[in-house]
Parts: sequence; C-alpha cells; structure tokens
Amino acid sequence: MTARTINLNVNGEHKEWSVAENDLLLTELREREGLTGAKYGCGIGECGACTVLVDGQPSLSCLVLAQSVDGCDVLTIEGLARGGELDPLQIAFLDQAAVQCGFCTPGMVLMGRALLNEIPDPTEKDVREFLKGNLCRCTGYSSIVRAILTHRR
Amino acid sequence: MTSTEARKQQYRVIGTRPIRHDGLDKVTGRARYGADIHLPGLLTGKVLRSPHAHARIRGIDASKALALPGVEAVVTAADFPIHEDMEIDLVETLGNLRVLAENIMASEKVLYRGHAVAAVAATSAAIAEEALGLIEVDYEVLPPVLNGPDAMDANSPRLHENMTTHSVAKRFERGTDTGVGSNIASHLQFKLGDPEAGFAEADVIVEREYTTSTVHQGYIEPHTATALWDFDGQVTLWSSSQGAFGMRAQTAAVLGIPESRVKAIPMEIGGGFGGKLNTYLDPVAAALSRETGKPVKITMDRAEVFIATGPTSATRSRIKLGAKKDGTLTAAWSELVYEAGAFPGSPVGAGASTGFAPYKIENILVDGYDVVVNKPKVAAYRAPGSPQAAFAIESAMSELAEKLGMDPIELRLKNVIRPGDRLPTGVPLLPTGCEEMEKAMRSHPHYNAPIEGPNRGRGVAVGFWGNAGNSSSATVSVTADGGVTLVTGSVDIGGTRASLAMQAAEVLGITAEDVRPSVGDTASVGWTGQTGGSRTTFSTGLAVVAAAEKVRDEMVKRAAILLETEPEKIEFDAGTFKNGAGKSLSFQEVAAAQVRTGGSITASASSNPRQVGPAFAGHIVDVEVDPETGKVEILRYTAFQDVGTAAHPSYVEGQIQGAVAQGVGWALNEEYVWSEDGRMENASFLDYRMPTTLDLPMIETVLIEEPNPAHPFGIRGVGEVCIVPPMAAIANAVANATGRRLTHLPMSPGRILEALERPATNGTGG
Repeated sequence: MTARTINLNVNGEHKEWSVAENDLLLTELREREGLTGAKYGCGIGECGACTVLVDGQPSLSCLVLAQSVDGCDVLTIEGLARGGELDPLQIAFLDQAAVQCGFCTPGMVLMGRALLNEIPDPTEKDVREFLKGNLCRCTGYSSIVRAILTHRR
Repeated sequence: MTSTEARKQQYRVIGTRPIRHDGLDKVTGRARYGADIHLPGLLTGKVLRSPHAHARIRGIDASKALALPGVEAVVTAADFPIHEDMEIDLVETLGNLRVLAENIMASEKVLYRGHAVAAVAATSAAIAEEALGLIEVDYEVLPPVLNGPDAMDANSPRLHENMTTHSVAKRFERGTDTGVGSNIASHLQFKLGDPEAGFAEADVIVEREYTTSTVHQGYIEPHTATALWDFDGQVTLWSSSQGAFGMRAQTAAVLGIPESRVKAIPMEIGGGFGGKLNTYLDPVAAALSRETGKPVKITMDRAEVFIATGPTSATRSRIKLGAKKDGTLTAAWSELVYEAGAFPGSPVGAGASTGFAPYKIENILVDGYDVVVNKPKVAAYRAPGSPQAAFAIESAMSELAEKLGMDPIELRLKNVIRPGDRLPTGVPLLPTGCEEMEKAMRSHPHYNAPIEGPNRGRGVAVGFWGNAGNSSSATVSVTADGGVTLVTGSVDIGGTRASLAMQAAEVLGITAEDVRPSVGDTASVGWTGQTGGSRTTFSTGLAVVAAAEKVRDEMVKRAAILLETEPEKIEFDAGTFKNGAGKSLSFQEVAAAQVRTGGSITASASSNPRQVGPAFAGHIVDVEVDPETGKVEILRYTAFQDVGTAAHPSYVEGQIQGAVAQGVGWALNEEYVWSEDGRMENASFLDYRMPTTLDLPMIETVLIEEPNPAHPFGIRGVGEVCIVPPMAAIANAVANATGRRLTHLPMSPGRILEALERPATNGTGG
C-alpha cells in the first residue's frame, strides 16, 4: 500500500494530501477535511448521496480513489455558497420545500447545479433523466424536480 | 399541482409556507447527522452477523481477533446482562426485554441471516473488518422456516422452543395463553354483529387470497450510533433515531442500567419511516465503549441495513365481502397472516383494525395471526400493517364494484363510514372527512378525464390510519429581542421544527421566523415520545401550544405592569398588548423589559391527549402496462387526504408525495428475494430497486381540511395514511388496463407478463 502526496483544490482551497492507493475521496473529505456534507448511503455508487463535483462533473465520491483526483478541482456542497451568498438553486430547494430529511439534498443540489451548467433551460424530462441515479425516499421527487425547473426562470 | 378545499377558519401563521428553520443547514451541508459526529480517540465498531438463517451457537472464540493489533475489544451476548422473558414498560410501548436484547446480540440461537453474534472495536474500520473474520463461531445449523403459512404448520421447525400461541381479542393485549406450542405467537380475533347471517343476506360475494412480500423502509441514511461510557458510569449516545428518549429507554434496559445514567443526543436523521424507532447499535456501541474507555462509533453498511434491521411483514390475506345488489355491504371477513420475523410482534393488529375502517359494515369477522419466521424481526413502516390489509380489501372492493356494475367510488361512498359510526374495533369514529374526501375524488377532473390509448387503465383505493397521540414536552423562552426559543423532544424528520414553531408563533402573535426551534437531548427537555405514528405536529404541537399560552399569559401580566393597569384589562392581539385606553406595547417591548418586570419569561408544558384524530386517504392513479415487457408506467397520480388543518401545506404535500413514491415501489418493484436457505439475494439499492425520478410523474395532491376537534388549530397527523391506498389503487388500475387481477405484490414485470398469459377475467375493475 503506497501512500502518495497529491495536490488538489477543495472548494477553492489548495490541499496537499498523503493518501494510500485504496483511500476513497468520500472518506478523505469527511474524515480529513471534516466536510461531512457528502454522505455515505450505500458505498457502491447506487444512491448518489456522496455526489461531489470533480472539475465540474458529478462524481460518486464513494467510488473515487483519492489518488485519482490529483490536480483536480473538487466542489462539495459546503463550497457551493460563495462569499456568504447561497447558490440560487439552494434557495429554490428551500422555496419549493424540496428538502425533507435532507440526507440526499447535498447530492441533489450538486446534481442540479451540474445539469444547469450544462443545460440552462432543462425540460422536466431532462431533469428526471439527469437525476435518475440519485435516490430520495422522502419527497417522491416532485418538489426536487420542481426546484430545478423553477430555478431556470 | 395542489388544490386545497376551502378552510373553515383562517389563521395568521398556520397554513402559510415559511421556509423551515433547519433548511439552510440542509442545503449547505452543515446539518449534522449521526455519522457526522467525530470525537477524540474515536474507535470504529463493526458487528459480526450470522451467515445462517437458523442455527444454535455452540461457542464463540474471539482470541485471534483480540490478538490483532489495533483491536481494543470484542463483545458478545456474554457481555450483556441476562434478561428474563418479561414485558417491560418502555413508557411508549411494552417491550419484551429478552426479545429486545436477543435481537441486538444473539445468545443461544441465531434466528435470521444477519442476526448479530459479536462486535469489535478497533482503531480503524479496516482493522475492525479484518477482526470480524478472525472470530470463530461454532454453529449447529438448523432447518429454517421462511414464510408465514409454512411456519403455522404444526410440523414446521420451531424458532422458539417454549413459545405458545396467545389468543387475543383486543389490539395491544397480551391475551390468554392457549398453551399450544407453535410458531404462531398470537391469534387475534375481532367480531362485530353476525357475519354468517350477513353473508347469507348477500346477493354478491367476492372472495380472494392476496400475498405481499417483505419490503424495507429504504431510508437513505444507514443506522449509526456513537457511544461514550464515561469514567463516572454516565453513558452518552449520539444516534440516528426517531426519538432520543426511545433510544435512552431501550439502551438502558438492554445494558441493565438506570435510564438516568444515559443521555441521548439526537442528531439529524436521514429518514426513518418507522425503521429507526428501535435500537440495533446503541447498546452495542455503549458496551464496546465500556470495555475500551473510549468513544465508539458503529455505522451499518447498506447490506446490513437490509438484512439486520426491521423491514415490514410479508403477508397472506384472505378476504370475503358480501353485498346487496344496491352495493350495501352485508358482511366482511378477513384472515390475515403476518410474518413477524424472528420474534413476535408483527403489525397484524393494525391490519386487522384498519382494513375495513373506511366502511360502515354491521357484520365483520377478522382473524389475524402473528407468525415467527427465520427473517429479520419486522419493525414499523409508515402506518405499519395497514397497507398490506388495504391492498387486499381495496382490491376486493373494486372487484365487487365491477361485479355489481357500480362505479368504484360510488360503491365506497354507498358504504362510507361517518363520524359516530363504529370502527371494526367497536370504537366510534371521531369527526373525520372520509365522505368529503370521496366526494372530492368523484368530482375531480382526474377522475372524469377520459382514459385514452391502449393498455391504459385507472384505479382508485382508500385507506385509514388511526394516528398516535402519546406525550411530548416543550419549553418556550422569550429572548430580549422579542423572539422566542422553542425546545421540544421531537426529532425532526420532515419539517416539524417549522410546523411546531408556527404553532408557537400563532399563539404569541409573532412570525414563524421569530421562533427559533430546536430538538433537545434527553437532559434538556421533558420526556417526549418518538417521531412516529404521525404524532409530532399534533401531539408535540399540543405541548407547544400549552407552553406558548403560559408565556403569553405571563407576557400579559408584564404588559399590565408596564402599562400600569390590571392584566384583565390587557387586550392581546397579533403580538400587541393594548390597555384599552389607547396605549399599547409590542411583543418586543414587553420582551425587552422581562427581567425588570419580574424575571425571565419561560414556560414548559407536556401533552397527554386522550383523543387523537384519525385520518383517511384516497388515491386515483392512471397506468399504462407494456404488454411486451410487463412494465407498468404511472401516467398520472392524484392523492386526496383529510389532513385536518394543514399546518404547513408544502410539508403536508411532501409527506403525501413521499408516501405515494414508497407505495409505487411497494406495488411494482420492491421485495426481498430470498434463497431457499434464507439469504436475501438482493441486499443493495440496485437490486432492491426503489423508485427513481424516472419511475414517477409529478404527484398531485388535494388537501381536504376537516378540522380535528382534538387540537385547538384542527391539526391531525398526516404522514402515514398516504401509504395505505397506493398498492390497491395501482392493482385496480392494472386490472382496469389488462383485464387481469394481480393478487401478489410486487406486480413486477415478470408477474405482469405471467398474468397476461391468462385469459382476461376483468375489464373495468378500477
């Protein structure tokens, strides 16, 4: 098991991590950085609760080896609000009551952000297709889909 | 999207839609859930689980595991007190102490695959995992029994050698011991009128058998518990649960220590739906902490959540309905067999008392069987026990409507229960709007829209749930800036901090934002029942209203001092205190003066409602069945519900939409797939297959507001009843679309294709 030093940006801050080959990005974010917004829900990439953005792309951090993000920009839910201002999508989630237990919320918000960066004016079908890998057990998805759709306006 | 029937009374805060107080923390990732806790010196705990569904434990040798560097302790059942087979009062429920303890750590026998046999604490997760592999357990493997009807056979293997069947005539009673050894823990029977005579009077009879599979609540957050057993014997728990007081009671009982020595700190909870009322890990983490002197955290992985927590019962229901030609029900019979899992305690009593509740029927016979099998001990799941019975009864009702040539909603309205009518348990129904709801369904545009296209159909179903009351505590304290803090003991899963703060605001004439609600630990607020039974906004709400009224009355006295008049002369209106002579003070002004007018203003209160206020839901669903693949698509879904007064309509709608989604999963996909030796073969989200965004349309909701007389604002519980109708509504829609009646859940594509091979027998039974 060889440890290696990697350099990366997490929420805009430079980090230098010494990580072993089998260390996971989710564990490093949660335990090393105390960024517990990304959640462990299944550990095998089936629920989306651990979603973070790596170089702008949604990634299941429970499946990402920490060594593979050397040189990358990692954005977690904690880094989405910049300069004390919430992302408009975070406000839309609050306005549309899209948060129930809140456990899937960090992943859902980051997925929504990634979608809107790609397609600024998505249809309901676009939203449902994009979010299909993120499970929510509380809302029936109606309010989450609505939050992303209303935000585009 | 959502329509609300005209409310009878208008409120200032109740019924508005403020943003929940915990919302910001939840969209920014700052909310702290059970697994987010970190303490200095924290050890990782892991649990060794039985690979067998049924086996005797001959011995456990942990010496190799203990020798592994980094392993600090191993515990087995030998490290817990020996408990008698006795009912203990957990305040909230009667629990069997031996069952509680045995389910947490097996002593003599393992009764399901996944049953805990030992636990390890180590300096890292990897070491703990490795240590589990070094613990040697000597098992004598026994034949398992894996379904309810098989387990009832007198010749089947017995799980508990000393168990005898109890005969029960009233729900929640222990009943009389028949002395007959069996896997049937209890046989419950309700009887109203003369069922035999009722069936003899019937012109039309429908009789059919229905079955459902084991399903899980499916919360996304796995169970987790962190415990610290301090040097003075004080135990602190940080856990993901539906109630800190429940965790305190169960943990203390299993460890054999006084409750007063345990403090439970509620963390945010990532969904529960009934599955986090019971503890699985807290006493184990505490025992490991006692052995090591360090804090220990145990978090389940997803497979453990499936195999080692409590799903809900697989069932077999036999239903018989008799009716006159005009649709009047003359008699109803149900025989319900509910699997309890490894220990007694299925929700068959709830199934037995709720299934026929939407109807006024003079002659009813219900037989319910609570049967142990070699599967995980079942736990509560949203209106526990009611959905399985409703699937059978509501399917039969629509089949009856078809036989009678009646519209299925007309048949239901023809027999609708009205306030004052007797429920199947013999208790009269409190004012509740079942009839108003069914009329709203009948006149809704969804029900009157044409069904266009081939392979499409529409179904309806209704459901009942009694809701819980129980006691809760709240403390309201005034801050000098004119706000109030509100502490309750209710864990907030779906927005109850908001719905409770709104009730305080309504009483005090301030805004919801002026109230800062928080969830107290067991040392900072009075005893509060768990968040379950749709009770929090209702019963904790009663405590909040009572505490807020005390604060308001004290504020009136202080205003009288400041305005130099008598308290009786103060008029309090919308947060303003008037002396009747043109002078007034704002809430803020009186608050700012509290210390100099007599000291800080704070009040606590507890609720103990004698009446609760039950709930009805009714659903309309359109489906399309793909004859090539057997896939059922939900085209349109409208959920109606008598919600009393909707404290916060958005969060009420969220409860309904979430329950519908769970119901769609239960109806179409979700089930535990068992191997012949009792292994769950699909213990992952991918294979268990809960609904995703692609499986659901936007779910429409219609809120019918029939005020609950047991609450000053008319609030009634809303969270559970909405999972009762979906399975039957969808089965009725499938029958309407295909002419085939499916009698087993889930109606997965393979089962739909099998049904399509049969000749059509049914054309309109929606």
